[in-house]
Amino acid sequence: MNVLIGILEEGLIYAILALGVLITYRVLDFPDLTVDSSFPLGAAVSAVLTVKGMNPLLTLVIAALAGGVAGLVTGIIHVKFKVRDLLSGIIVMTGLYSINLRIAGRANLPFFNMDTLFDNPFVDGFPAALRPWSKVIVVFVIVLAVKVLLDLFMNTKAGFLLRAVGDNRAVVTTLACDDGLVKIEGLVIANMLVALSGAVMAQKNRVFEISMGTGSMVFGLAAVIIGVNIFKNRQKVNSSTAAIVGSIIYKACVAIALSLGLMPQDLKLITAVLFLIILVLSGMKKKKVKFDA
Amino acid sequence: MLELKNVSKVYSPGTVNEHMLFRHFDLTVPDGQFISVVGSNGSGKTSMLNLICGSIPLDEGQIIVNGQDITRMKEHKRYRTIGRVYQNPAMGTCGNMTLLENMAMADNKNRPYNITRGVDRRRADTYREMLAELGLGLEDKMNVPVGSLSGGQRQAVALLMSTLTPIEFLILDEHTAALDPKTAEIIMQLTGRIVAEKKLTTLMVTHNLRYALEYGDRLLMMHEGRIVMDHAGAEKQALKLDDILGKFNEISIECGN
Repeated sequence: MNVLIGILEEGLIYAILALGVLITYRVLDFPDLTVDSSFPLGAAVSAVLTVKGMNPLLTLVIAALAGGVAGLVTGIIHVKFKVRDLLSGIIVMTGLYSINLRIAGRANLPFFNMDTLFDNPFVDGFPAALRPWSKVIVVFVIVLAVKVLLDLFMNTKAGFLLRAVGDNRAVVTTLACDDGLVKIEGLVIANMLVALSGAVMAQKNRVFEISMGTGSMVFGLAAVIIGVNIFKNRQKVNSSTAAIVGSIIYKACVAIALSLGLMPQDLKLITAVLFLIILVLSGMKKKKVKFDA
Repeated sequence: MLELKNVSKVYSPGTVNEHMLFRHFDLTVPDGQFISVVGSNGSGKTSMLNLICGSIPLDEGQIIVNGQDITRMKEHKRYRTIGRVYQNPAMGTCGNMTLLENMAMADNKNRPYNITRGVDRRRADTYREMLAELGLGLEDKMNVPVGSLSGGQRQAVALLMSTLTPIEFLILDEHTAALDPKTAEIIMQLTGRIVAEKKLTTLMVTHNLRYALEYGDRLLMMHEGRIVMDHAGAEKQALKLDDILGKFNEISIECGN
């Protein structure tokens, strides 16, 4: 039972990240490596503000905004300075590493004695039977809110344009819109979600660690690809749901690998190898899916 | 009115492949004129359209629309008054989005793309009627991703989308070249109807000489960045296929083909 709870907790937290990657990789067709640093960025912002005594929920909002700024910088580097997509992300990812250290003040910032998103008077009021599931419930509510908002957004005029820019830039241009701006907007939203995911993770673990973002891009990609492939033939399941389910399944795969005797230090290796297996299994096809809702 | 004044364009400057396509090129297009442009490959037809739309920068000269110099205006801003259909039917629509979503998106051109509902349901019936008029069975495919439509259907949608909102200029870049003869015919008839109804100033590049004769009130033939044939009005109506073919052969011989 504990294993299942652990999988759901982490799977759902990473699902928020997966939704961000869904936007960049699937909708925008932009391999955004900023993710590896905007995830810990969100964690750093949330940790520092929590230590300072801010309401944990409010720290999530500010963490997301910080992530948005990271996405904005990547977008500007790519669109305005015409640096290739992959390189733009790498530049920001590298630079953010130092900024994350600056924000947190050190490589490891625990906050064990503070109220967190998962441990506060409100959550303490849950009935005893639900207590073991309290974290899952809190994360689930957040994921659901993000998913619903994202789905709604994708069906607005602005959302249409965002989907169009990854699909066919020429259409956006002939509609008299600046496709570069739309791309930047997508990167901002995506990295807001990624930073939010990092912030929630920090709240759960009660610690910010500088290395916590390593491999998060790969995780997000894997979750999206698994989800999309599982629900490939189901019109009823939209891609945001697919990404969330993909994230939980991926986390479960990692948990299974660990339970087979692999050590926690093998985690990143497992993440990478599993991702490779998924890529090979899905025929290396990078087919874009329709973001329906 | 659209004017190209003294336009020069050099490709690959500073290399052995340096090639000056346009040398002090001039063209004046009066309001409401429908121009068919023919010419061999590399004669500068598509480049001319790209210069007008701002898809490629020019090296010298001016582009003037209704007295306003738009030479330095960004491409996407120029499309406020320009509609464009490309040769490739996939270029004018978003394949992963449904037909309804594509139409709704195009219908919002020149208005803010904000966070209000993407599809206005009240407009859906209007779209359906417009699509039904085409006789391509598209009215039943409103919720189908455009990517799963045929090339001809996609091109018809692209043409509708580009002219859905009020525009002044319609740029057609060999828009029937990738279609089978029957579909090309349907798209051309639709083009003629839309241009006449909306009184659009139109530039149509085509390799189909028959279409060039049949449609439009002015015919240009281009060769190596120059206009080698220019007939408008009654003169154009009197043109025969043989006249154009003759001129075509003449310039081809010049090239040593």
